[in-house]
Amino acid sequence: MKPRFPVAALVSAVVALVWVGPYTWMAITSFKTLPELLDNPTALWPDALTFAAYREVWATVPMARYLLNTAVMAVLIAVLQIALALPAGFALAKLDFVGRRAAFGLVLVCLLIPAQATFVPVFLMLGQAGLINTMAALVLPFGASALGTFLVRQACLSIPDELIEAARLDGAGDLHIVYRLLAPALKPTLAALFLLSFVFHWNDYFWPLVMTTDDRIRTVPVGIALLREQGSGVRWHLVMAGNVILSAPTLVVFAIAQRHLVRAVTTRGF
Amino acid sequence: MKPARPHEPYLLLLPTVLLLTLFFLVPFFVAAKESLYSWDLLTPRTYVGLANYRLLWERGELWRAFRNTLAYSAVVVSGALVLGLLLALLLDRKGRLAAFVRGTVFSAYVVSWVAVALLFMWMLDGEAGVVTRVVVALGLPKKNWLGDPAVALYTLAVVSIWKIAGYSMIVFLAGLQDIPPVLYEAAALDGAGRIMRFRSVTWPALGPSAAFVATTSLILSFQAFDVVRIMTQGGPVHATQLFVYAIYEQIFLNLRVGRASALTVLFGVLVFSLAALQLRLFRGRGVA
Repeated sequence: MKPRFPVAALVSAVVALVWVGPYTWMAITSFKTLPELLDNPTALWPDALTFAAYREVWATVPMARYLLNTAVMAVLIAVLQIALALPAGFALAKLDFVGRRAAFGLVLVCLLIPAQATFVPVFLMLGQAGLINTMAALVLPFGASALGTFLVRQACLSIPDELIEAARLDGAGDLHIVYRLLAPALKPTLAALFLLSFVFHWNDYFWPLVMTTDDRIRTVPVGIALLREQGSGVRWHLVMAGNVILSAPTLVVFAIAQRHLVRAVTTRGF
Repeated sequence: MKPARPHEPYLLLLPTVLLLTLFFLVPFFVAAKESLYSWDLLTPRTYVGLANYRLLWERGELWRAFRNTLAYSAVVVSGALVLGLLLALLLDRKGRLAAFVRGTVFSAYVVSWVAVALLFMWMLDGEAGVVTRVVVALGLPKKNWLGDPAVALYTLAVVSIWKIAGYSMIVFLAGLQDIPPVLYEAAALDGAGRIMRFRSVTWPALGPSAAFVATTSLILSFQAFDVVRIMTQGGPVHATQLFVYAIYEQIFLNLRVGRASALTVLFGVLVFSLAALQLRLFRGRGVA
């Protein structure tokens, strides 16, 4: 076995290059200037470590606005999903009532329906309600998460009934039980749910593209994609600078919470 | 458990059930209704019966979107399966190098599709792209990766595989780690070589992981939109027009709500058939 290892190490290094290479190229391009790019686009290193492209991106599009919109949207969605999934998942896992099977069936069906299958009618519905180009159009359709409800329900199953009954005897109400007792007990599940949801919606291009036309409510992915479509001749150093701004936060989250994300993804991927 | 009060469970479920119904079930009825009308979002709508469906069929738009999606999905699913499995087998070992490489491959799954699409557009640029320059430097024939109708769809598929291979690898790695070492020891005692051990132990044990990767990447590839919208806008000559992009084009570029709704209804049927397939595969296996 021993002498084979260098082969595996070599192949691993090539694999790493295939995935790290493009990121590196993105970063290198973002530090170049337009004359450099026109002169020798494949120069392996920029002439100087200049942030000019980043400053230009910042000056040509309302990047601060995009970042704020995206962060607010992604956090609101994640928080809302957790806030609603907790009581729903608890009821589905722990309480006996007429219609439980039907409610759980609804969650399972919705688990299978992607936003791409509903955007036309939802666009028409939100248009009728006058909500196109609002934060509500970006957040509300994702407020209830079938995946979140499902994950919380599964996690609740392993919480002993006695814990809840004891709290009830102490006079705790539903809200207290759900948010003060269950929430801390389900912390790993909720953390994974928050991360998955935040990263997914931070990255999401489709929904904000379809639901907004106004620069004031646009998100980073839509804004960066527009960067390429604007102006004459594509200025790739600007687009790559935008790309770095777009992907840095999720890569940082990934670096910090890799294990959480991996576990969440393998439980039920999307 | 008995609820504290009889209406308690209904109150706890109310917001979730309300939002899910409103944004996941009601839309299908709205789409079904709209698909029977002709409407451009501006002038009043007129009832046209099944004309939208008939036109989609007669003009070949439906078949084209379906065929493109199927071809793209076939490449993406098989690519994700093969590459994910190979990467998992390669990187299923201890040590910092393997851990680092696992991290880099999986990181692509966490990055926005927008970033990936733009990055590959830049690298594949016909003039200044680094891939083009390397191809030319090696004396190979220059390819128009995104502009050639015979190639563009497969370029999108390869970019997508690059993006999701890490996900598939993670699923296979989890499957590999679930295999009891005793099985390998037993096979080794029986004199099985490396290939034989793979065929008799690893491969059968990875069946559920493979099925999981196949179905999830199939569903994912049927929803593909971002790479098309950013890299090719469905072109050249509709070669990369996938199903979701066809819907998008009908409503937002052609302002044909009725036709977009008809496509939405058909897409819903397609998604549900895939979901039913996934459910059949996993029922009773205790996976997913």
